[in-house]
Amino acid sequence: MAEPKTKDLLWDPIFNRNPIALGVLGVCSALAVTGKMQTAFVMTLCVVFVLACSSFAVSLIRNQIPNSVRIGAQITIIATMVIVVAEILEAFLFDISKQLSVYVGLIITNCIVMGRAEAFAMKNGPKPSFIDGIGHALGYGMVLLVVAFFRELFGSGSLFGIEIMKPVTQGGWYVTNGLMVLPPSAFFLITFMIWAIRTWKPDQIEED
Amino acid sequence: MARESLIKTYVVAVGLAVACSLLVAGAAIGLRPLQEENKVIDRKKNILVVAGLHDAAVPVVEAFQQVEVRIVDIETGEFVSEDKIDPATFDQRAAAKDPNMSVRIPAEKDRAGIGRREKYALVYLVQKDGQLDQVVLPIVGKGLWSTMYGFLAVGDDLNTVRGITFYEHAETPGLGGEIDNPLWKDKWTGKKLYDDQGTYKLEVVKGAAAQSGPGAEHQIDGISGATLTANGVSYSVAYWMGADGFKNLLERLKAEGA
Repeated sequence: MAEPKTKDLLWDPIFNRNPIALGVLGVCSALAVTGKMQTAFVMTLCVVFVLACSSFAVSLIRNQIPNSVRIGAQITIIATMVIVVAEILEAFLFDISKQLSVYVGLIITNCIVMGRAEAFAMKNGPKPSFIDGIGHALGYGMVLLVVAFFRELFGSGSLFGIEIMKPVTQGGWYVTNGLMVLPPSAFFLITFMIWAIRTWKPDQIEED
Repeated sequence: MARESLIKTYVVAVGLAVACSLLVAGAAIGLRPLQEENKVIDRKKNILVVAGLHDAAVPVVEAFQQVEVRIVDIETGEFVSEDKIDPATFDQRAAAKDPNMSVRIPAEKDRAGIGRREKYALVYLVQKDGQLDQVVLPIVGKGLWSTMYGFLAVGDDLNTVRGITFYEHAETPGLGGEIDNPLWKDKWTGKKLYDDQGTYKLEVVKGAAAQSGPGAEHQIDGISGATLTANGVSYSVAYWMGADGFKNLLERLKAEGA
């Protein structure tokens, strides 16, 4: 396999091979944490950290891991990273960790993280694996932020907690969209995004 | 050593497990003091918020010095001395689950839907010019999906609500979550818990509360789309301010002319 270019490793997963839009992976957490921009943003940072570090660590010891226990080894590394992130959040960003509650812990079950460990880090060196991890986490985060942008704007009339359209419940004029505050709305938004991306890049359309 | 041999498998698995557990344990123990401090500050902040004493410019710990923390025996309404239970270390939530520290609530009385009630509770007294100005009482009860934890502040007549806040719940954002809406919480201010005979009257009504006339001072607007959560709040406050809750404490403080 030809050595992939660093630039491609980083940028490809954002539009060309987006884990959510093309792979339809990690949708579960994309529904849960996209109600507000701030939580989506912090979640993105957490996933960047976890995915980059876990891919790096898996790649470092990829030649030592026996095939029969490789999945267990990967999940152990991933779980460790996630717990460390959760503990750091609780110590330094308490309010945000309260909002993210169980979802930080659920990064462990995010299929993207293990998917990259298994599909890329087990076969490539630590540096490309690290970059690949950052790229895929950013691709995931890009979708989170776009979905959160629409959900927070139309669901709560604000962005990053800053009021853009004053909702009726606060004495303003904007009648908030109740669907947008509920997780299923992310399904619709992600579907629209996949449609948009595949219209822009028709090579992503799957054959029937 | 061959990569796929049995010994190698064990060595790698054990080595990885040990390395990872060291990292996790290190993070958990190293950061625990900070995390505990955060939790304490968060609870103090909520007490200050409900008492209307929170000012973002003043550090929480400093502002909290004007609040006196006491432990009350819920059944008798008497304060428990610090020698018996230390307020600084008393864990009320753990006590509510501990069979020795809590009592079963008979199903017909369990309006808050919590099953057990702790025998002792932390209450917060705020003095002003040497007089008792308000009492902040903990409340807990079931909403639609979750157990809601909050505080209710009662003014110096021990009947008028000064404020309410929920610091932990998992109600639907935008619907039941509107119990966090400051405009709705403001509707509680000035409402009366009891009527002239001392009977508990306050309730969240469906739709709009009466603006005037008899009973208006005991009614709070419901939240549209969140009837069940609002009922949960209404019943929980009714339970905790009723005879099985803090009514004895409030009556005792009143009798003492506090």
